[in-house]
Amino acid sequence: MPVPDVKEKFSGVVHAVTIGATSEQGGSRTRTVTIGGETGLPMLSFEAEYPHRPAFALEVNTAGADDWHSQARKHVGEVAADLEKWAARCEEWGADLVCLHLDAAHPDLGGRSPEECADDVKRVLGATGLPLIVWGADVDEVDNNVLPKCTQAAAGENCLFGTAKEANYRTLAASCLADSHKIIAEAPSDINLSKQLHILLGDVGVNVQNIVMHPTCGALGFGMVYIYTTIERGRIAALGGDVLMQQPVVVNMGKEIGRVKEATSPDEDAPQWGKLDVRAPLWEAATAVGYMEAGAELFIMRNPEALQQAKTAVEALWPKA
Amino acid sequence: MFVIGERINGMFTEAKKAIEDRNKEPIQDLALRQLAAGADALDVNVGPTRGKPVENMIWLIETIQEVTDAPICVDTPKFDVMSEAVKACTNPAIINSTKASVPELDRYVPLAVETGSQLVALTLDETGVPRDVDGRVMMGATIVTKAMEHGLDMVDLYIDPVILPVNVGPKQPAAVMGAITQLKLISDPAPNFVLGLSNVSQSCKERSLLNRIYLSMCVGVGLNAAIMDAFDKDLMNAAITAEILLEKQLYCDDYIAAYLSSR
Repeated sequence: MPVPDVKEKFSGVVHAVTIGATSEQGGSRTRTVTIGGETGLPMLSFEAEYPHRPAFALEVNTAGADDWHSQARKHVGEVAADLEKWAARCEEWGADLVCLHLDAAHPDLGGRSPEECADDVKRVLGATGLPLIVWGADVDEVDNNVLPKCTQAAAGENCLFGTAKEANYRTLAASCLADSHKIIAEAPSDINLSKQLHILLGDVGVNVQNIVMHPTCGALGFGMVYIYTTIERGRIAALGGDVLMQQPVVVNMGKEIGRVKEATSPDEDAPQWGKLDVRAPLWEAATAVGYMEAGAELFIMRNPEALQQAKTAVEALWPKA
Repeated sequence: MFVIGERINGMFTEAKKAIEDRNKEPIQDLALRQLAAGADALDVNVGPTRGKPVENMIWLIETIQEVTDAPICVDTPKFDVMSEAVKACTNPAIINSTKASVPELDRYVPLAVETGSQLVALTLDETGVPRDVDGRVMMGATIVTKAMEHGLDMVDLYIDPVILPVNVGPKQPAAVMGAITQLKLISDPAPNFVLGLSNVSQSCKERSLLNRIYLSMCVGVGLNAAIMDAFDKDLMNAAITAEILLEKQLYCDDYIAAYLSSR
């Protein structure tokens, strides 16, 4: 009797999403990044195809890095006052993309104007050739004023803009459509809401193949399991043929790492945990690898050392194309 | 839910006239409208039309293939028509159908395997439709055994436990459900189950209501395909909802729109 073939074959495929546009494509990026395209659950090289490696972005924040935890700040501290230097340094640190967070637009962090934010976007685009992710201030009214200016400022660059939420998606959707950018759809650890949001975006004209989904995230030790299962369940639906769940997944995790004591507490608080300068980047890298095993394809990180560790892990683990 | 649209059938006046006049437009329109309404595949039956059945069938298949690459469910009781027609399919083909008697299975299953088609097998033989669960299960077992013997994958096999109209066979709807429940356990992976759904309400007054309630009940025990009226919106919505309630699809508030746009 022949050995039965136990390989799983899925009918669905994760959409491949490309971020960035080179000069031939009407932009000014020196390269583009494509994520997604998998035909099976993560890491099963014997039964599926994995045409694109996960990609890693480093965060650049218009509000600086003063509130970042010490081990991330020690790398970015000297450039944190200058967005252009910071963005350029990300490229040297090995990032695949830059993620510009517009936190300074937040009313509590200076309330930077939409025009100033748009200028920030332009300056960062000028300082690096990497594809760009632009992340709003996570306040609906602010984002609705700021992000349309920024999508305009980055027109032609095929950036990834976020985030669209169920309660606030129309303005960003319209702006991304008008200026041809990709969009991040955010549904906090809620797979049903995530699917619904993709329908809503589709209804206002966004091609669902231009969406990257953000299930939100928590660091290792901080509710990671909820997000892990959300990503996994969504991916199973996607591979089963649910077109509205076939979007690749981004996790914006840098900020989250700063919230767990295991990744931030000084050596003397818990010596048995090991040295902070080893522990902090490892915690961030391990969180990234964990989400990668759930199915996430795009990681926004803060600590360049953690980014390098995570990239090394991908090199070793990711199935060869 | 794998929905096989039933409307391209010479039993319907519009289709009959189109076939006899060799008028492509109404047929292609029926095909596209059924797919837009949520059908995954198209049943094709020449019915009591004038002319040679095989020529009519091939004309129908070619006419449909001009406008869609959806699977075609070739619906004829005649083996010679079937074997010619299936070979005319460039779209994926479903052979509809074979009976459960051994000589029939011994020619239909190899036809499916050779042509790479899927196969619908009815739990009936020359003695007719079994009256109860056990008769259907026995025939289902014969079907599965023969499919395995000739090398047809279970994913390509549809068992049709044959539903009779509820007004003439009031025990039949429950017997069909019992048969699906038992036959689902017969192999791993299990074969698929399909019904010619509209038959349950033949000559009844509340046809649409009977169809959709019965479909929901059958989906609950494992039915995963039906030859049915995709134009009946309430019926389609019931099918989609039943799958949501069984977690075959991921819920969201607009799950019906999601299902229809996700295909």
